[in-house]
Amino acid sequence: MSDEKEAPRGRWTRRGFLEAMVSVPVFGGFVAAYLDKKTADDLKRKVLMEELGVSEGSPAFIRNAISNPPSNRLRVGIIGYGGEGESLVRHAGFAHPDWIRDARRRNRDDPRDKELEVYLGQSDLNIAITGVCDVFDVRAERAIAASAVAERPGGAGPNPPAKRFRRYTDMLDSGDVDAVIIATPDCWHSRMSIDAASRGIHVYCEKCMTRTEEEAHAMYRDVKASGIVFQLGHQNRQSESHLKAREIIDADILGPITLVEATTNRNTPWGAWVWDIHEKGGPQTIDWEHFQEAAANKVPFSLERFFRWRCWFDYGTGLAGDLLSHEYDAVNMVLGLGIPKSVAASGGIYYFKDGRDVPDVFQAVYEYPDRDLTFVYSATLANGHDRGLMFMGHDASMRVSGDLTVLADGASTRFKDRIEDGTIRPGQPMFTYQPGFRGIDAVTSATAAYFASRGLLYTYRGGRRVSAYHLLIAEWLDVIRNGGETCSNIEHGFEEAITCHMATRSLLEERRVTWDPVARRII
Amino acid sequence: MHYSGDTMTPGSLRASAFQVSALIALRLLIGWHFLYEGITKLTSPYWSSSGYLADSKWLFDDLFIALGSSTTAVTVIDYLNMWGLTLIGLCLLLGLFVRAASVAGIALLALYWLAAPPFAGYTYGMPSEGSYLIVNKVLIELGALLVVFAVPTSQRFGLDRFLARHSQAKPPVHTQPAVVAEVNEPVRA
Repeated sequence: MSDEKEAPRGRWTRRGFLEAMVSVPVFGGFVAAYLDKKTADDLKRKVLMEELGVSEGSPAFIRNAISNPPSNRLRVGIIGYGGEGESLVRHAGFAHPDWIRDARRRNRDDPRDKELEVYLGQSDLNIAITGVCDVFDVRAERAIAASAVAERPGGAGPNPPAKRFRRYTDMLDSGDVDAVIIATPDCWHSRMSIDAASRGIHVYCEKCMTRTEEEAHAMYRDVKASGIVFQLGHQNRQSESHLKAREIIDADILGPITLVEATTNRNTPWGAWVWDIHEKGGPQTIDWEHFQEAAANKVPFSLERFFRWRCWFDYGTGLAGDLLSHEYDAVNMVLGLGIPKSVAASGGIYYFKDGRDVPDVFQAVYEYPDRDLTFVYSATLANGHDRGLMFMGHDASMRVSGDLTVLADGASTRFKDRIEDGTIRPGQPMFTYQPGFRGIDAVTSATAAYFASRGLLYTYRGGRRVSAYHLLIAEWLDVIRNGGETCSNIEHGFEEAITCHMATRSLLEERRVTWDPVARRII
Repeated sequence: MHYSGDTMTPGSLRASAFQVSALIALRLLIGWHFLYEGITKLTSPYWSSSGYLADSKWLFDDLFIALGSSTTAVTVIDYLNMWGLTLIGLCLLLGLFVRAASVAGIALLALYWLAAPPFAGYTYGMPSEGSYLIVNKVLIELGALLVVFAVPTSQRFGLDRFLARHSQAKPPVHTQPAVVAEVNEPVRA
């Protein structure tokens, strides 16, 4: 500043240069600090993944559900077009036109609602719905309309409408169907499956597989002998996070598992099977005598019992067959548990005192002494807090929901060194697996969020949202065409049925119930 | 600070060493923050803007939600964010194209604020910086960037110096004890 003598141009002096570069060292400091952090993080992750033996990517077991292209067209019949039946048929590629219209409107109102996109993005399964069977005329008509719907996934064109059959045996004998989807009340599952199998017709059957133990034995025997392709409706078997859970169990990350806790929490009338009674329902439109042919007890016409059949043991299997079955099947898939040694179950009608005979609060404790673990199921239909599914091992715990989290245990033997050197911090997730992480699908309604969290609505394949129901149906069709085994086959179905029935018997008989593996009977 | 002549002419502020250092520090801090945010997003395979967009509230929520639900829009927005933050941070830190970077930074922060303003009664799914009823740290940083824009330091203390086209002819500086330098005047030394 005191220099006023002749000088070179202002900016190119040494001092000027230094002033200009004043922030470059700061930038250098940033780079150094960042690289430091990155190396530490990368090392931690590398060590962890190597040690755990788990891959970061999508599960290794995802089977390619469709062989491309599905060459021969299969003719499928639907028996039972209620809530579940309509959903299954939609996931097979045939949505009712009203549903499409509503889904379009919902997406317009809230772009986060992507159900229409998921429907239209399904693979074309190359099937036709050729037969429809429902005792309620309105639903049968709806099924026919869906079978001929114009807007279908993969740009497939509309099919001619299905034929309605008054009795399902007529449909099975007609020669119009190669396979059937059974979405009726549980009391019908076994006779329908056996009748279809005896005619060489493949079966997709909703859970619970049967209503009673006797039916489970008969169905297992006949379906196995027939050689048909059988799939039981447990969507969790196609859920990406459950598949990843199995990978983690196989890598023995949790250590010895001694307790598994599965839960169901719901808090709406719809969640408690108080479903809408259709205004057109009545003795003229519902073939009541036919409906209750398979029921345990016969009663006069009742709209409530028809639309809300899950509330009665005459038709359904209660919380055990309806909700425990999903949880048990998921745990069975991950751990391969099979049928338990014994169960103690209890419950009651504590909230929905509306004339039902099925409890709305239910707990079951299963013992697996040969696996050194207990499986606990806890359910209430009067609380909506999501407790998730927990696998508790000596070295770590794993929580499975729509995503998956593994937490190291502070007292772990296996991870002791890593905990001591700070690579693993107990109390914070060791890792989380989030399917579809690239962009989230914000599920919009509370009910949908519940189902989504149980992996029951959607799963993600390669980050793309796909319906688990669709994958399960697609796998079934693929096995029909190309051979192989379905993931939810008659063996697993038998295990599921027996395990659920044991709990129901324990509840109703108010005693601990045991399975005799030699005689293969519940005692 | 002293103003010489026309107060609307940029670069006509006189400031003490302390003031200049404070302004430079502000620019460097904001630059560091932006650069960090940008680089971590670039190197993380899991980050996406769709979560933030899907949770948008207030006047423009429909627009942001619609953008967050469209895969093409999200891809574009992700790239703009990752690279924008990185380049803005780099520019501020190195003192290069600082005016342009400040404007871009202000625009980004304004969008962040508009998408998820911290009004009473709004709760957001993702953990966020504190809310002080209308003001939050996004807004504060926006204000800080306004200062960086209004009082540029990089034409002297930054790489912009090498881009300066002109050196203004000025009478020799008569130093007063409190005034050390003219901010943004290339020093004729």
